[in-house]
This record gives sequence, structure tokens and C-alpha cells, in this order.
Amino acid sequence: MSTTAQEKQLLVGLAQNDKTAIEAIYRENYTMIQGFVLNNTGSVDDARDIFQEAMIVLYEKALSGTFELNCQLKTYMYSVCRRLWLKRLQHDQRFNTKVENLQETIPVEEELEDHDKKNTDFMIMEAAMHKIGEPCKSLLDAYYLQKKSMQEIATEFGYTNADNAKTQKYKCLVRLKKIFFVSYKNA
Amino acid sequence: MEDLLILENLERYVSGEMSQQEKIAFEELRKSDPHVDQLAVEHSYFLHELDRYSALKNYRHSLHEVENKLAEEGLITQPQIKGTEKVIYLWKRYRRSIAVAASIAAVISFVSSGIVVNYANTSGNENYELLVNKINQTNNEINKLKKTTSQLNTTATRRAEPTIDYRGTGFLIDGKGYLVTNAHVVETMKTVYVQDNKGNYYSAATIYLDKNADLAVLKIKDSAYKAYTTLPYSIKKTNADLGEQIFILGFPKSEVVYGEGYLSANSGNDGDSSAYQLSIPANPGNSGGPVVNSNGEIIGIITGKDTKADGVVYSIKSKNIFNLINEAKEADSTNTLKIKAPTGNGLRGLTRVQQVKKMEDYVFMVVGN
Repeated sequence: MSTTAQEKQLLVGLAQNDKTAIEAIYRENYTMIQGFVLNNTGSVDDARDIFQEAMIVLYEKALSGTFELNCQLKTYMYSVCRRLWLKRLQHDQRFNTKVENLQETIPVEEELEDHDKKNTDFMIMEAAMHKIGEPCKSLLDAYYLQKKSMQEIATEFGYTNADNAKTQKYKCLVRLKKIFFVSYKNA
Repeated sequence: MEDLLILENLERYVSGEMSQQEKIAFEELRKSDPHVDQLAVEHSYFLHELDRYSALKNYRHSLHEVENKLAEEGLITQPQIKGTEKVIYLWKRYRRSIAVAASIAAVISFVSSGIVVNYANTSGNENYELLVNKINQTNNEINKLKKTTSQLNTTATRRAEPTIDYRGTGFLIDGKGYLVTNAHVVETMKTVYVQDNKGNYYSAATIYLDKNADLAVLKIKDSAYKAYTTLPYSIKKTNADLGEQIFILGFPKSEVVYGEGYLSANSGNDGDSSAYQLSIPANPGNSGGPVVNSNGEIIGIITGKDTKADGVVYSIKSKNIFNLINEAKEADSTNTLKIKAPTGNGLRGLTRVQQVKKMEDYVFMVVGN
């Protein structure tokens, strides 16, 4: 398999939340990014944060289905991480240092803008999830995140039958939706 | 309840669980009921968001798992940086903070050294008060009036009294008319006069000024002055002892004032080894006055006091007078200056009252404008 085909395969895996794909990308790229961050006044923890965020950007891209990798995955990751790190430095007002460019980069501004918006949505949803409280949070978590069936949920949460659990779930969902849209419109 | 039913149908519709028949019926409902349609749009967007949230949440979870695994394996570790590399790394990371800290330190040190220099030039301590008296002109006039009325009947011819702004004390160190006082008493005076305890004014001149030691030598340049052949006291060359009983004479007001106390420390303000600390009442106008011990030896010259502490008065040690005399002689360009420090012991063995009575004649009020 050629490198390009291999990398395409990795992205497909990523979109399906495939841990082997994630691990492969980590093994291939993490050390380089850590070197870059450490070289530019960052710590190992900073490098982990930055790399994780870049992985999420890549995931969002892979999910969109329209993403085409026009360069090596390595270059892409480096460009994203570099941009993210510059942003972080600016945010902390530590940007007096000139960030060294170890490699060629590609423009990734659009991607990151898109990522920022998605990240905001994610935060709003997470905040809303925290706000609805128990048992709604666990109930929705079990259904939408863990993808459990209504029958399983009914047993786990002690509802007499799946229909009862379902009604409860809908009530929770309506509440969540209300909270979500309130913050969403304000954001 | 109806909304819940719509939601359920909607969810099934979105996820494609509906049969063809149900689907058509649901689409019909959306077309006919705008409320349902709006709800459908809103809800499908929300479900989409929720899906994305769930997927991302799961993905993040996987990321963490992978990361932890790799951290255990050692791929993600704190690299051990050593020696110069570490210094460079730390320098890069913290140079902004270092720069800020350094500039703050620089500013503070400049400001504080400026303040220190400023104070050092004046007195060295904000609580240090020089005991020269700035005369309130009104009081002075009143005193003069009192004096003239009380002395109306005396026949002695009296010259016009000078206007005075500052008042201190001085004492003879040579009967020919040489006096010692504080430099700070006379340094601002344009013309200097001395007045004896009988109220006679003599014009005088500052012939030597040592600002560092805060001492000055005055010479009475007045034909009316009658020189003394001997002085009854001597000037102590060595350090006085702690606890020694002492008295002072000075002019905190327009007549001589006596004060007594003891030597409380062998150093002055801020550990100044050229001065004593005395416990004695002293006020502005006492500056330049002699500090006399029970043997009739002059052990110091009153210079200032601590404004914050009670009864803490500072005096220059008497041995500095000898240095002053030598300096004055060296500074004299004509080489004709002859000052002989007094060696009299006429006060020894006398009672305090007798000592003061004898001493009074040689202590002068130093005034000027």
C-alpha cells in the first residue's frame, strides 16, 4: 500500500473512532510535535494538549467526508499544531518569542476557524448536559453516547418497562434541547 | 404529550427506522402542520448536534486511552534535558518573566537608592531632627521689648540688635574668641552673631565648616569682645562611659537653659560611631551646645534628636573637635591660625550649680539671618 493510501485508510479509521488508527497517527507524529512545542517555550503537557486538539481537528475533517489530504499527514499535523501553539502563545501573551519553523507548513486557518465553531458547540452541549442533572444526564448518556437499547436502560435505571424509560428519555431530551438552544442563541 | 409523540416519530424518521408507509404519513403531517414542520427542523438539527457531541465525546475518550497507553509505553515522556540544553530551555520559557522581574528590580533599586541618597544628604534618618531653632520673628520682637523695658535703667551702651532667623548654641574652645558649633547651625546664615549670657552681641565669622562631621569653627570678630586668657574646662579626647551623668547648656529660647541627663549609648543615629546617644531633654536651639560631664570635661556637642523616640538625643563625640581644629589649621591658607584646645580643670570638684555658673560665660547663643 502506498503512503497516501495508507494515510487515507487511517482517516477512515479515525472517522469510525478506531483506536488502532489513532495510535498509529500518534506514533507517527507525536514526537515531532513535542519537539516543536518544547523548542518554543512549551512543556510536555502543552504538547499533549496541542496534539490532542490537532487530533480532534483531523477527526472533524475525516468525519466531514469531503476532506482530501493534499499533503503528507505529517505536514498537515505540523501545520495545525504550529497554528494552535501560536494561538496559545498569543492568548498567554507570551508571543515575544519568534516561533521557529522546523518544516514546511500549509495554510490551515480555515480549518481552525471551523474547528473553533464546532468546539464552541461542543462546549455548549457539554454545559447543557451538566445542567440537566441526574437521572437525565445518565439516561441520555446511556442512550446517545453508549448507544444502549431502551430495554437495557430500563433494567439499569429501574423502570418497569422500555416504554416508561422511553417517555422519560424524551422528557429529558426536551429539557436538554431547551437549555442547549438558550445558550446557543446567546453564544 | 403530543410533542413527545412527534419527537419519537421524528427520531425514527431521521434514523430511518420508519416503514415507507409511516414515512409518507409523517411527511404529509409536516406539510399540513407548520408547527410540526418547525419542530422537525429544530429537532433534527438538535439531534445532529447531539450526535456530533456523542461521537466527539467518544472520540476524545479513545484519544485519552491511546495517550495513556503510549505514556505507559514511554513514547510520551518528559525528555531528560541536561546541562546547557536545560538552561536554554528554561531561559526561553521564562525570559519574559525574567525581563519583567529585572526591570522592576532596576526601577526599585534606582528609586530607593535615590531616596537613600536624598535622605543621607540631609540627615540620614527621617526621624532625625537637627536642633537648630528657626526663630519666629514675632516672639523675637516680644522678647526684645521685654528686654529693653527691663533694662531701660541700665546705663550700658547697647548697639542695635541684628535681625535673626536661626538660633543655635556655641561654646569657646579658645579664649581668643574661637567657638565651636554645628555646621548646620551656621551654614545657612549670611551673617553670624554670637550673644553671651549678659545679652551682648558680637559679630562673628565662620572660618571653617566641616559638613560631614557637622561641625564649624567660628571666630568672634568684634572689637568689643574681651578675650579670656583661660577656659575652666577641657575637651575629652577619649570616649566617655555609658551611664555617665552629663549636663548641657544651650539656647532653645533667648536665655541659657540648663538640662541634665546621662549617656545612654556609645553610638548615634543608625549606629553612627562618631556620636553618642544621650537621654536628656533638648529642643531646637540646643544644637552646637556643649555636653559636659561631672569632671567638667566637654564630651560632646548636641546635634539632633529622634522625633519618634522619647528623650533620644544625639551628640557628636568631643574627640572630633580635635580633628576639626587640625582641619581648620590645614585649611588656613595664611598658616597663621592658632587655636589651642582648652585644658582647664577649674570645674572639677565643684557642685553642679557652681559648675554651671562658671560655665555660663563661655557658652554663646549663635544667631544669624
